[in-house]
Amino acid sequence: MTTITADHHGEYAHEHHDADHKPAFFQRWFMSTNHKDIGTLYLIFAIIAGIIGGGISGLMRAELAQPGIQYLQTWAQFSDGPNATLDQAYHLWNVLITAHGLIMVFFMVMPAMIGGFGNWFVPIMIGAPDMAFPRMNNISFWLLIPAFVLLLGSTFVPGGTGNGAGTGWTVYAPLSTSGSAGPAVDMAILSLHIAGASSILGAINFITTILNMRAPGMTLHKMPLFVWSVLVTAFLLLLALPVLAAAITMLLTDRNFGTTFYDAAGGGDPELYQHLFWFFGHPEVYIMILPGFGIISQIVSTFSRKPVFGYLGMAYAMVAIGVVGFVVWAHHMFTTGMSVNVKMYFTAATMVIAVPTGIKIFSWIATIWGGSISFKTPMVWALGFIFLFTVGGVTGVVLANGGVDDVLHDTYYVVAHFHYVLSLGAVFGLFAGFYYWFPKMSGRMYNEFLGHLHFWVFFVGVNMLFFPMHFLGLSGMPRRYPDYPEAFAYWNKVASHGYEIMAAGMLIFFVNLIWSLAAGRKAEGNPWGEGATTLEWTLTSPPPFHQFETLPVVD
Amino acid sequence: MKKVKSLVLAGLLAFAPALALNGPALAQDNAAVAAPAAGNESAAADSGANAAAPAAEAAPAAKVAAPTRMKPTEGIGMPRPGEITLQEQFSPTGRTGRWLHDVMLLPIITIISVFVLVLMLYVMVRFRRSANPVPSKTSHNTLIEVLWTVVPVVILLVIAVPSIGLLADQYKPAPKDAVTVKVTGYQWYWGYEYPDNGIPEFVSNLLPKDKAEANGEPYLLAPDNRLVLPVGRPIKLIITGADVIHAFAIPSLWVKMDAVPGRLNEKTFTIEKPGVYYGQCSELCGARHGFMPIAIEALPPAQFDQWILSQGGKPKGAADAAAQASAPAAAPAAKI
Repeated sequence: MTTITADHHGEYAHEHHDADHKPAFFQRWFMSTNHKDIGTLYLIFAIIAGIIGGGISGLMRAELAQPGIQYLQTWAQFSDGPNATLDQAYHLWNVLITAHGLIMVFFMVMPAMIGGFGNWFVPIMIGAPDMAFPRMNNISFWLLIPAFVLLLGSTFVPGGTGNGAGTGWTVYAPLSTSGSAGPAVDMAILSLHIAGASSILGAINFITTILNMRAPGMTLHKMPLFVWSVLVTAFLLLLALPVLAAAITMLLTDRNFGTTFYDAAGGGDPELYQHLFWFFGHPEVYIMILPGFGIISQIVSTFSRKPVFGYLGMAYAMVAIGVVGFVVWAHHMFTTGMSVNVKMYFTAATMVIAVPTGIKIFSWIATIWGGSISFKTPMVWALGFIFLFTVGGVTGVVLANGGVDDVLHDTYYVVAHFHYVLSLGAVFGLFAGFYYWFPKMSGRMYNEFLGHLHFWVFFVGVNMLFFPMHFLGLSGMPRRYPDYPEAFAYWNKVASHGYEIMAAGMLIFFVNLIWSLAAGRKAEGNPWGEGATTLEWTLTSPPPFHQFETLPVVD
Repeated sequence: MKKVKSLVLAGLLAFAPALALNGPALAQDNAAVAAPAAGNESAAADSGANAAAPAAEAAPAAKVAAPTRMKPTEGIGMPRPGEITLQEQFSPTGRTGRWLHDVMLLPIITIISVFVLVLMLYVMVRFRRSANPVPSKTSHNTLIEVLWTVVPVVILLVIAVPSIGLLADQYKPAPKDAVTVKVTGYQWYWGYEYPDNGIPEFVSNLLPKDKAEANGEPYLLAPDNRLVLPVGRPIKLIITGADVIHAFAIPSLWVKMDAVPGRLNEKTFTIEKPGVYYGQCSELCGARHGFMPIAIEALPPAQFDQWILSQGGKPKGAADAAAQASAPAAAPAAKI
């Protein structure tokens, strides 16, 4: 506001064409076509969704802290009315696990990684003034709002035994068709349709931008690895999401129009849904982690003051992960009764993914090797990411073995595995990126001490929360259970205490966030020194409203 | 002899427990019991001591008494408090699988994780800014890049060989004389039917907490009716779902198979030791997904046959014999 009033055009300054001219509030935030503003909107959305999704996991850990049903029936009174039955309480449990999964995947990690950081930094890193399709960018974001409202709203309409969609985030038929009467599942499916459309539009935008709008001299092989990661991710989205759309459209018609795509009684097959879902679902997990890989590469290089080791290997390892990620889907279905040859193929193909992933892990360490490391908060998060992602990765190799999966499938071992790669992988990547780019986005430095404290508390908390789940899974505790035999009590209690520590870490994060936004030291254009070589650090912090009116030339 | 068997089937309880017995000693021998069970001609001679006792209690009616409900052994066939490993295994596949996990996979993944951790700690200390103020500019080293591609490939190949072996092992088709049970998952209980033995479906529900505790069984693992199976004989489960997808799982036998409506999935395994083996539904199936437990009661073959008779069924070997019997009177008798 100060710049506008200081301008000699006075209060009509908004007509003045200037790189830092900003539209009025409503036009700026609700009709935005600026990639940075849309990125900010995505980040705010992801933080809100993350609070809701994380809060739901808090409810689940509270209920699981000890054997027996302690709170579910009380909570069920909010969703199912004062006379909620025990079955409705059990159904509420399934609603909670479904909502937690869908919110974290579609409304937290994806919007933050791709919508947030992707929008903010892909155009800047390739030297472009904005995204290729700025208005489509706006639609991509605003589609998420009705999608999220539909999902949250589904909690309050009938979905079978009780209110809400209790199908799990995988929405397997026939539980999601004949097994869930009422509009809740329809609303959840529609929510996925809209979120999927949003992501497809975003993917088209990123692919077009990256392929066509690079600054002179910015060849594909000179692009920062974060841009590579978003490019691969966008292709995965473009190819995988239409399959999900088809699968859940058939769910809708099975539910409402009498088709029998997934009903054996009418010539369909419930397994067809699982194949379609996981054909989308497995690339989806790489969609969530690949941008994290990109963020970690930027940060490790910056704070080691060294170029990324084996740049081409890193870029093509991501391409390889993306390609192979499309041909391993049925390892999610090892116990559905597949033939032995199919199982052998999917076992072997899945293990192959460990090779490019290993290349990435070792290349990060080699990037640090010989470097001159400063342990700023983003670097600490990146180092945490590398180790915890390794732990999550190796348990993936265990689960890849079809024969071993016969005992571990649908147990807490699987829950531990995917939380190590997502909650400790993708989320550590998100925090690393957030601290790394916070000075650039906000123009203010975060508090270094609180950032470190956040890391250590969160690190201890999530490990205490998720590591015991390996033990629970090995000894046989199935997933998606609101209550469990006495023998599982000990590690569940430990895990619930881990959640408390993790939540305390999140409080530190929000204190840091609010304090830094209000009173943080002003950030210079490049707060990280000579190691930060990508284009965003050549701009002021925050960057001008429109950057690169004269395109930068990359030599 | 065939006539004797038919009479047994008609309800002469003294002979019943002995039908498949080749002698008490052999009944304890897990490896060898399967084959001789069906065609044993000298059955009438030696009714096994352990099997005869429960049979005697059922004296009043012309009906065989079921063997007494087996007490579970604490920590066997169920999770142990605070456990951090796989459950103890009681099937050959289970032992192979557990070996693959405990001896191959777990050490390998631990070594890899520790290796990465040590490397990271080393670079963090050695290359911190105060110790190494001037960074190197090295960004390529072909040899090491080839190495860290090839070495993981070799490790994966080492894992893949026994892993594929385990898969092949699990898919050995069931022999003809396998005990066949049709398992059906319902919302939210299990149904068990013995088609070859003529036992119609009976259902298995969660045992309420007070009853489970009174029985000395773990609540949420214990159902009212158990799936009764013989030790040492190959077992073939035909698994299906009636409404939505469930999954039949017994961790201590390395068994997990989805129960999918409209599909018949087959699972073959052998149980090595008598005992009670618990499991739980392992595919989200609606509100009471967590409350449809599974228990297998594995009995020595003689007691298993006794149980079959007590349910009004006929042991498979005897059924075959009855079908072949030329005496016309024998067949209707067997149906009682």
